[in-house]
Amino acid sequence: MTDIALPAIANTATESASTTSLTAKMRRRRVLAYLQAAPMALVFLVFFVVPLALTLIVSFWSYNEYEIIPAFTVQNYIDVFEGCLNTADACTTVRTYLSTLKFCALTWACTLVIGFTVAYFVAFHVRSKTMQMALFLVCTIPFWTSNVIRMISWIPLLGRNGLVNDTLMGLGLIRAPIEGLLYSDFSVVLAFVHLNTVFMIVPIFNSMARIDRSLIEAAYDSGATGWQTLWNVVVPLAKPGIAIGSIFVITLVMGDFVTVGVMGGQQIASVGKVIQVQMSALQLPAAAANAVVLLGAVMLMIVAMTRLIDLRKEL
Amino acid sequence: MSDRPRSPAFYALAAFFALFVAFLYGPTLTILVLSFQGPQGGLTFPMNGVSTHWFGKLWAGLGIVDIWGALWRSLRLGLVVMGLTVVIAFYAGLAFRKRFRGEGMLFTIAVASLIVPSIVVSLGIGLEFRLLDDAVNWAAAATGWGWLQEHGTLMGLYTSALGAHLTWTLPFGLLIMFAVFNRFDPAYEEAARDLGATGSQTLRHVVVPILGPSLVGVALFGFTLSFDELARTSQAIGGRNTLPLELQGLTTTVTTPEIYALGTLTTGMSLAVISLALGTSLYLQRRKARAGLRLG
Repeated sequence: MTDIALPAIANTATESASTTSLTAKMRRRRVLAYLQAAPMALVFLVFFVVPLALTLIVSFWSYNEYEIIPAFTVQNYIDVFEGCLNTADACTTVRTYLSTLKFCALTWACTLVIGFTVAYFVAFHVRSKTMQMALFLVCTIPFWTSNVIRMISWIPLLGRNGLVNDTLMGLGLIRAPIEGLLYSDFSVVLAFVHLNTVFMIVPIFNSMARIDRSLIEAAYDSGATGWQTLWNVVVPLAKPGIAIGSIFVITLVMGDFVTVGVMGGQQIASVGKVIQVQMSALQLPAAAANAVVLLGAVMLMIVAMTRLIDLRKEL
Repeated sequence: MSDRPRSPAFYALAAFFALFVAFLYGPTLTILVLSFQGPQGGLTFPMNGVSTHWFGKLWAGLGIVDIWGALWRSLRLGLVVMGLTVVIAFYAGLAFRKRFRGEGMLFTIAVASLIVPSIVVSLGIGLEFRLLDDAVNWAAAATGWGWLQEHGTLMGLYTSALGAHLTWTLPFGLLIMFAVFNRFDPAYEEAARDLGATGSQTLRHVVVPILGPSLVGVALFGFTLSFDELARTSQAIGGRNTLPLELQGLTTTVTTPEIYALGTLTTGMSLAVISLALGTSLYLQRRKARAGLRLG
């Protein structure tokens, strides 16, 4: 592909070309742009747009034990929400979503506080640029290693005879080991925070790095305390980063089935896990309907999040 | 700000940062230590002697699970994804500099691909390939052509799994290319052109060398994200699993430090790749600095 030329940056004033060759040149440039964008567009079309469209279509199809049947039905959606009109006892779907939302909220709160603090420290309190980059790398390197291994790493710490229980018993703080450290809601949230804080740190750090340092100086000179500067200058300007990080964390937790599976000892339900189980049982239309509902829920949350941030800007 | 003395807040924040780093790396270091557990040792402390016993057992294989086959598959797929991510993201980055109709839509789709839950993408791709298989089977039955019969499934490592990985790595690659081209000074290209370079010469001798360190960064993302990818691969792989999928299965079945040995091994490989990438990137930057080229 090396013979695809990089066209000239349009600096037409200095060029003595005639109008006709100029438009030819511009046309060539445009064709080139399409050619260069085509591979990416093709990949996303085949492996993202079409699959999502098919998911939507198949969610309205019927199925039996052996095959899926292309006949329109809304039965899959009725199945998803079966019993949900009964307010006394929440249906499976509502309970699963509530459980996933709980993980989502806890993880979001923890990653936001930790991510913001870490990014703030690196961006504003570390003075040399080289040191900033080094510390930033220290925070991101684990992101490039295996997630499953990072989950397994908690076993020797949190297990019944793990390091945490042993230490607490050694200190005489507890008599019997705490049972619920591993394979519990706690370990699931812990692993989520462990794995996903990086998605908060990077965009928030990026936003903070763009903040003009003279603004901080001005706040200081005007007599603002550290907290006032933080709350009235840094937080508002870091909001885009906070929003991007939040969207990442929310979508990662909402669709998760691996972390909940491994850290919950395959005992805790999650929306992603429901889809995975139906998929392996070859109930494809049912899985598709659940996926559409999940996608809708996630999109609602993202819209709410962006609204929230824009709204605050207007106030 | 930098000429003021350190505030107490600095020390509190530094302590918080240190705790965070311990939280980040502590567990991994724990299994690194425990993977050298003696032959009688278990999944937790105390260490029962120090040995490479579990690495030996791992080398001999993990029972029915073909762990080395899975590792090999993941490595090959990771390299293919890496190459494709760099090339496709680079050219897309070039295209976005020139403006073209539909660029807004392509960008939106790329970002959407990043934030749509992985299980949904995976399900969609799995569904797509199942329907394709059905279509091929139907065509085989309808036409009776020999080459269409008994094709098995189109789903596989270099079809559906590759595509699933690209939906995850390409958005990262594109975003990096955006950041890179934002800081790229077009004056270098103009200079090259004024000196009579053709478009492809400018690209090969000016743009690529200047962007080299960043392209290495894209490659790093491409390989590591693919090598560790699990959620998007899960429904789109067909019969033969990649390493992360096997690992996920092993978490419930393996109850010896073998799994820690495997963890140490894969983490070591990831770290080697990261060091290689960062080293190459640094080397390219140095060389560039020596050659007197600087990013604008």
